Amino acid sequence: MNVINYGQLLQFVWPEIILTITALVVVAIDLLFFRRYGVRARFLAAATIGSAGCVAAILKLLLTSAQGSILDGIFLSNPLTHLVQVALLAITIVTLFLAVDSTFTDHVSEFALLLLLATTGMLFLVSSQDLLVIFISLELLSLSVYILAGFDKSSARSSEAALKYFLFGGMSAAFMLFGFSLLYGLSNSTNITHIASAIHSQPINPILIIAIVTTVIGFGFKIAAAPFHFWAPDVYQGAPLPSTAFIASGSKVASFFIFFQVLVLGFAGAEGSTSLLHFQTGWIPVLVVVSVISMLLGNLVAIAQSSLRRLLAYSAIAHAGYMLLAFVAHTQQSLAALLYYVVTYALATLGVLSVLSVTEKHLGNDTISDLAGLSRRTPFLSLCLAVFVLSLAGIPPLSGFFAKFLLFSALLAADPGSKLLLWLVIFAIGMSAVSLFYYLKILKKVYVADPPAEASNVTSPLLIRVIVGLLAGSVVILGCAPDLILEKVVRAIHASGL
Amino acid sequence: MLAWTIYISFLGALALFLLPSRRAAWARILALATTITTFAIALTAFIQHRTGELFTVAHYSWIPSLGIQFSLKADGISLTLLLLTGVIGVCGVLFSWNIEDRIKEFFAFYLVLLGSVYGVFLSFDLFLLFVFYEIVVIPKYFLIAIWGSTRREYAAMKLVLYSFVGSAMVLIGLIAAYVVAGSKSTSLGDLAGFPFAPHFQMWAFPLVFVGFGILAGLWPFHTWAPTGHVAAPTAASMLLAGVVMKLGAYGCLRVAMALFPLGLAPWGFQVLGLSSWRDVFAVLAVIGILYGALVALVQKDFKFVIGYSSISHMGFILLGLMTLNQIGISGAIVQMVSHGILAGLLFAVVGRMVYSRTHTRDLAELGPMRLGKVIPFAAFTFVVAGMASMGLPGFSGFMAELMIVVGVWHSYPSLIVFVALGLVAGVAYIWRAMQLAFFTGTAVDTKPSHPPLPPISFPECLGAGILICASVIVGTFPQIFLNVIHPALSSPLFQGLRKGGW
Repeated sequence: MNVINYGQLLQFVWPEIILTITALVVVAIDLLFFRRYGVRARFLAAATIGSAGCVAAILKLLLTSAQGSILDGIFLSNPLTHLVQVALLAITIVTLFLAVDSTFTDHVSEFALLLLLATTGMLFLVSSQDLLVIFISLELLSLSVYILAGFDKSSARSSEAALKYFLFGGMSAAFMLFGFSLLYGLSNSTNITHIASAIHSQPINPILIIAIVTTVIGFGFKIAAAPFHFWAPDVYQGAPLPSTAFIASGSKVASFFIFFQVLVLGFAGAEGSTSLLHFQTGWIPVLVVVSVISMLLGNLVAIAQSSLRRLLAYSAIAHAGYMLLAFVAHTQQSLAALLYYVVTYALATLGVLSVLSVTEKHLGNDTISDLAGLSRRTPFLSLCLAVFVLSLAGIPPLSGFFAKFLLFSALLAADPGSKLLLWLVIFAIGMSAVSLFYYLKILKKVYVADPPAEASNVTSPLLIRVIVGLLAGSVVILGCAPDLILEKVVRAIHASGL
Repeated sequence: MLAWTIYISFLGALALFLLPSRRAAWARILALATTITTFAIALTAFIQHRTGELFTVAHYSWIPSLGIQFSLKADGISLTLLLLTGVIGVCGVLFSWNIEDRIKEFFAFYLVLLGSVYGVFLSFDLFLLFVFYEIVVIPKYFLIAIWGSTRREYAAMKLVLYSFVGSAMVLIGLIAAYVVAGSKSTSLGDLAGFPFAPHFQMWAFPLVFVGFGILAGLWPFHTWAPTGHVAAPTAASMLLAGVVMKLGAYGCLRVAMALFPLGLAPWGFQVLGLSSWRDVFAVLAVIGILYGALVALVQKDFKFVIGYSSISHMGFILLGLMTLNQIGISGAIVQMVSHGILAGLLFAVVGRMVYSRTHTRDLAELGPMRLGKVIPFAAFTFVVAGMASMGLPGFSGFMAELMIVVGVWHSYPSLIVFVALGLVAGVAYIWRAMQLAFFTGTAVDTKPSHPPLPPISFPECLGAGILICASVIVGTFPQIFLNVIHPALSSPLFQGLRKGGW
């Protein structure tokens, strides 16, 4: 039995500790000093303190070179987890500031608290290789976002979204836990590398297959892959905007990363085959099916949407389908592609939602047709919206295109001779041609259609303009110079020896 | 220096976007200055590099971990097409002088389009080429959807989806080639030198060729072109038919054929008398020539006549490429230039000189207006452009089609009859359109109620003059271009192609 080295543990979990303390400080300060101020001032104070905590955690992560693992992977600290954690913290900062100009609640500090706790959950989530810790931190994350989704108490939609999210989430958590328990039964361990070696030594049996399927169901829910996506459109539409932004970006990044680890490390040896002729069961065929259904359903249903938020939800399902292809390839290169993809995707989605936070306030709703003539009412925000939407569509030189290029070439490179992989790439590229149609539908309204006769200029707070500008800038820069983060990611993956 | 054609176009677009003044004149002058500068650069480069061999314009490491470089190189073929782009770019601005609505945005999109066209012609790295090739799609959409006419939103969306499907096919081929060659480099030179397995080339070649061919108006994937050209505003039609379609043909030659020469080899069996992809595409090209010409013959809409004539002329280009002999391919490249100039000119007459004055393009309505008397300059320009387009000696069309026909005579003697029919139909549709639009009006003025049409403005005369001169120069001194095209065709890039064919 190993003995926990508490000194080392403390070293490793500093970011999480900082974040938890910040969360408590935010609540204390808001309740003690800011109760009489307006909602905006309170949000501003909470966001400032909260992001100060995030920045401190980021600095700690960047400056520390501590590497290692506690108790055989219960808690890991290596360059790769640091990188993902930095990305998650950055997303949280954006979300915090996105909330500043919103008016959906006067429970400001509780909102910030939940957001920070969810972030803490994500930080733990990405730095563990133990099923129990993964499950607990996933629940910390999930419970926080359920509440965040229902935070607008005056809106029935928001409550409905939260309830739906909670019910589906509870169900899928049950599935996941069931799968984990089977894995524990198979291997006598909760550590994913031990599980892998146990699986490796025996032939694939029905229990393992059930474990694979239930695990995929559990994580498939978190990443909104079809057919576990039913919560997504309602939550995207009903939840308050900052919560939607958080669910669509941060929670996705963390879930994809840990899902990749669990499948690729935990089920190593049970991949199954990528060739059609010598079919062999495993998790790859399962993921291929999920990925194809997601791409098909997401892209086709998105065409019919009239609400921008629902459209984003379906496009998220489609993007989940593309990203699952990285799992099928399961190489170092494809992990790098996945991380690049999910981060740039998160940036673009955050961007669209930030623009939406302004237009929703002005236009009262999020229907696409109401965006008519936006380019004449707010040229800057429209230009940024075009950048985000085109990046999601995968138009070069924006980061979305490069992400797709990287992902598809990683997929083909995994096994250049495989017909299945080639067809998957062809299907995915074909589907992204379909997606251009609905993305252009948004831009058509914004740029082509004439604004309504009595339309006034849309004014936006400076803060939002700065956020949107920064996000658009990073989407463009990461697309033009992908090596800025790609090289770091590749190096981190090598260093952490995945 | 040549790289600045791209940068200046993009900078011009940015400057237009940021231009504070609401005065239209500033936007026009800025756009004109930008295009003239890029044209001057292209011309200087053309004069300086008389040998036509490949030379490096710019070379930076871009994404070293994937072997992607920012690599711009030019040879005789790209120089020729850059020059064409420059000419059309300047004339497009001249023929857009009357645009008032959202003019800054119009020219900004126009310059982005132009800059990325320059980019495609200059790129020597396939990743970079693809990036520019895709950027072309977006400004095209907005130019048509915002400033277009007849069914503009439908036409714009159709055009974009066709282009995007085409580039998706190209992307699949490029990624496959890149991965099969070991994921080390996306440079065209490196990949063209890599010995891809014959069975790989057999599926990659048609995929990439059709992908580019969609943009080049390859029958039966041409249907975006007539609707797109008709709906587009004049300058966009000029760019679209003049240079954007050439991007497709250029991609066919420079990427598909250079990269996968064995894809043109015989299959070893026959289907319907066709025994290789080369036969298939040659037949499709001939069908395109005939189909385009015959459909143009029965159009009621003046602009559709020109739209379908483009399909016919693009068919000549693709046929020229498939002859796989030096004269045929050189002819195809000269035809790219010739059609670029003439399509630009014809669209300028129809879209700017006629439609923006009469607000109708229906040939039956145009006849009674006696346009030959009312705007004689338009009639004159159309007659000259029409003669050139028919292939009268002395104009560019003649030289180009002659070379292609000679090439076809060597490679596909059996197809020559159909090509000849296509040439005859080409005379007929131009003649018919010319007659119906300009010279049918009876001597008795039946409709005096028409307000007098505004006279032809100076920018229009200038633009038309430039294009007519360009056509005459190409037609009388094709040697200027052939001197640089031949060395380019005998460069190592096309080595694989030469081994298979000529």
